[in-house]
Amino acid sequence: MLLEVRNLQASYGASQALFGADLAVGEGEVVALMGRNGMGKTTTIRAICGLMANRSGAISFAGREVIREKPFRIARHGIGLVPEGRRCFPNLTVRENLLAAARPGKWTIATVAQLFPRLGERLSQYARTLSGGEQQMLAIGRALMTNPRLLILDEATEGLAPTVRRDIWSAIRRLKADGQSILVVDKTMVELLPVADRCVVLEKGHTAWTGRPDELTAELQDRYLGV
Amino acid sequence: MTRERLLTFALLAALLALPFAAQALGYPFYTTLATRMAILALAATGLNIALGLGGLVSFGHAAFFGIGGYAAGIVATHAMNAQPLLGLDIPASMPLVWLLAALSAGLVAAITGAISLRTSGVYFIMITLAFAQMIFYFAISWKAYGGEDGLSIALRNGFPGMNTAVPRDLFMIAFALLLAGLLIFWRVRVSRFGAALHAARQNELRVAAIGIEPFPIRLVAFVVSAMITAVAGAMFAELNRFASPSMLAWPMSGELIVLIILGGTGRLAGPVAGAMLYVMLEYWLGSITERWQFFLGLTLLGVVLFARGGIVGLVAGKARHG
Repeated sequence: MLLEVRNLQASYGASQALFGADLAVGEGEVVALMGRNGMGKTTTIRAICGLMANRSGAISFAGREVIREKPFRIARHGIGLVPEGRRCFPNLTVRENLLAAARPGKWTIATVAQLFPRLGERLSQYARTLSGGEQQMLAIGRALMTNPRLLILDEATEGLAPTVRRDIWSAIRRLKADGQSILVVDKTMVELLPVADRCVVLEKGHTAWTGRPDELTAELQDRYLGV
Repeated sequence: MTRERLLTFALLAALLALPFAAQALGYPFYTTLATRMAILALAATGLNIALGLGGLVSFGHAAFFGIGGYAAGIVATHAMNAQPLLGLDIPASMPLVWLLAALSAGLVAAITGAISLRTSGVYFIMITLAFAQMIFYFAISWKAYGGEDGLSIALRNGFPGMNTAVPRDLFMIAFALLLAGLLIFWRVRVSRFGAALHAARQNELRVAAIGIEPFPIRLVAFVVSAMITAVAGAMFAELNRFASPSMLAWPMSGELIVLIILGGTGRLAGPVAGAMLYVMLEYWLGSITERWQFFLGLTLLGVVLFARGGIVGLVAGKARHG
């Protein structure tokens, strides 16, 4: 397995948010991390990326234990994060946003521009002047520029127009076809399930169910994902 | 060509033309003013890497400026008296001075930066100020090199193919150094390093998530910035034929920050515009009133309130960085 998370616990100060999450992502696999709001999806991702100070358990990435490592080291090991809410560098241009993240590998500004032609047309534009969809493309492009072995997308298409969502899912499918390992969180099940190889469902801070998308029955969806 | 680039070329052309025009019109003193502009612009260009690109408000760059000044003074003194320096016979050579100035300031910046950069905001300002004041007090107590009286340079250090005693030659050297400083600033700004430095200024956690550790990037920027400012300090001492302890004192740090704010923080031409305006105000207002700094203060107030991008922002539009 490329990523193996076991009994992951994390807290915000005195308030514990994760009580033992388990998940795994294999090479070239797309795993959907699911669960209702507040069940710990973003916290799990932040903990994997080292962005939660209070965390315990075991996180093995490419055979290396990374639970105690700093965020920049975890990123250098090959985990690329597209955070919730885009979070680009607003006062840098598109080119500078991509350049700042660049690490050796197949992903360059030119290949990112091929994946997202709209970004290619706006390389000298400030990130703050982009639309929400373009900012999400930039956030994905920036994560790809680190040439990650595992790409993590938190709320991949949240708040985006349907046409932009279609572009983002199309890009994710292309990445999957290229063999990119992906851990993805998103609420649009109709798009998420066809692209996922496996699903991990979180319930109150721990892993409640794991299985293939076709095993996620209506009853399970109602139990774990229904409002 | 962008308006900023046009403005940069126009300012540099005006600065380059000034000594020649001054000579033709019979005002040779303006050559010295132009040299002062070029040197202060170079010093501020150095600081602009730390402050403008990295957001590091260093209130201690006078230390690096002064270290450069003392490097020039010490080399000139030893060379003139044929005294070995650290057991070596040294020539009165400007390139040697620049090397010594840059290396000494770089070393001091690496040590002080390694401590200072663990803080941020007002603490960073205070700790850089404290280090600079420590170096200032060390200099004024160093009797071997003039103590409180500073260090006179009886004869300027030399430069191959130039007569450094001739004001226009000295200007040309200072101008060439300014071009080199601007080139370094521009290279840094368009590089991956520059993008990461600027990104770290905006959000540390976000840069960590893309594999960048902000501390070493900031430290390198701080060291490079100090080295450029030190070379400017060496030229400043050569121009005045005097390495003054006041070069190391905190008002000098403030002066460099003022130059950048006047010209435009983080802008390539910002320090050039700021230094030209500052020296002009200093000279012309200074010839009218002793209280010329009151008017400088008013100008600075106007820039901060109404033109936050400085002169470059006013002419060339919104800041590219910051």
